[in-house]
Amino acid sequence: MTLHTVNKSPFETNSLETCLRLVRSGHNVLLFEDGVYGASKGTRFENMLTEAMQNCKVYILLPDFEARGMQTDSLISGIETVDYTGFVDLVTASERVQSWL
Amino acid sequence: MEEGGGVTKKFLYVNRRAPYGSIYALESLEVVLIGAAFEQDVSLAFIDDGVYQLKKGQATDGIGMKNFSPTYNALGDYDINKIYVDKDSLEQRGLTLDDLMNLTWEDENENYAEKPSISLVNSEELAALMEQQDVVLSF
Repeated sequence: MTLHTVNKSPFETNSLETCLRLVRSGHNVLLFEDGVYGASKGTRFENMLTEAMQNCKVYILLPDFEARGMQTDSLISGIETVDYTGFVDLVTASERVQSWL
Repeated sequence: MEEGGGVTKKFLYVNRRAPYGSIYALESLEVVLIGAAFEQDVSLAFIDDGVYQLKKGQATDGIGMKNFSPTYNALGDYDINKIYVDKDSLEQRGLTLDDLMNLTWEDENENYAEKPSISLVNSEELAALMEQQDVVLSF
């Protein structure tokens, strides 16, 4: 299993879009740093994420989400939150980590 | 098989930035060339603006930066001949394979026949390629 990480806002770069285009079934996606902006309801990326979540799991690093003033009730349903320890657990459970810069 | 007795791993370098506007493309190329000394199983992928790195006819005289595009021609001599270009990214930018540098390598098993290094791949092929890797390095 591959862990894909995205740390840029989807409004700034197309990293999230390309990641979701190339992610395979059963992979995990973790949004962190500015990448967490993609996890909010009501953005133009919501459908893309919802569709991706039919085949893979999406996580956000909660401290990054909260740091940006976002509340978990604005999170797209199905997205799970992790803390730093959870981030490490995702990494160690993966065969490889692919970062989308 | 490896000559130094070490483990050979599959390395994929993922390039998603255009050259010159940032340092990523040049840094990636340098890391690839340094890494080539370790005789690993190396592949390169060019996605999104990364496809611009392979554009033919780069001429940087006017911007005072080194044109490093000829260096890609040397990759074949370092046994780096698996260069994958994302077809979608190329098409979105109005480019075709003919717009890219003609990168080749010499097959010593076939009397040093010159063969193309670049393959165009679709999303599914690219995703499969990524899943085969031990290490993925992003630039």
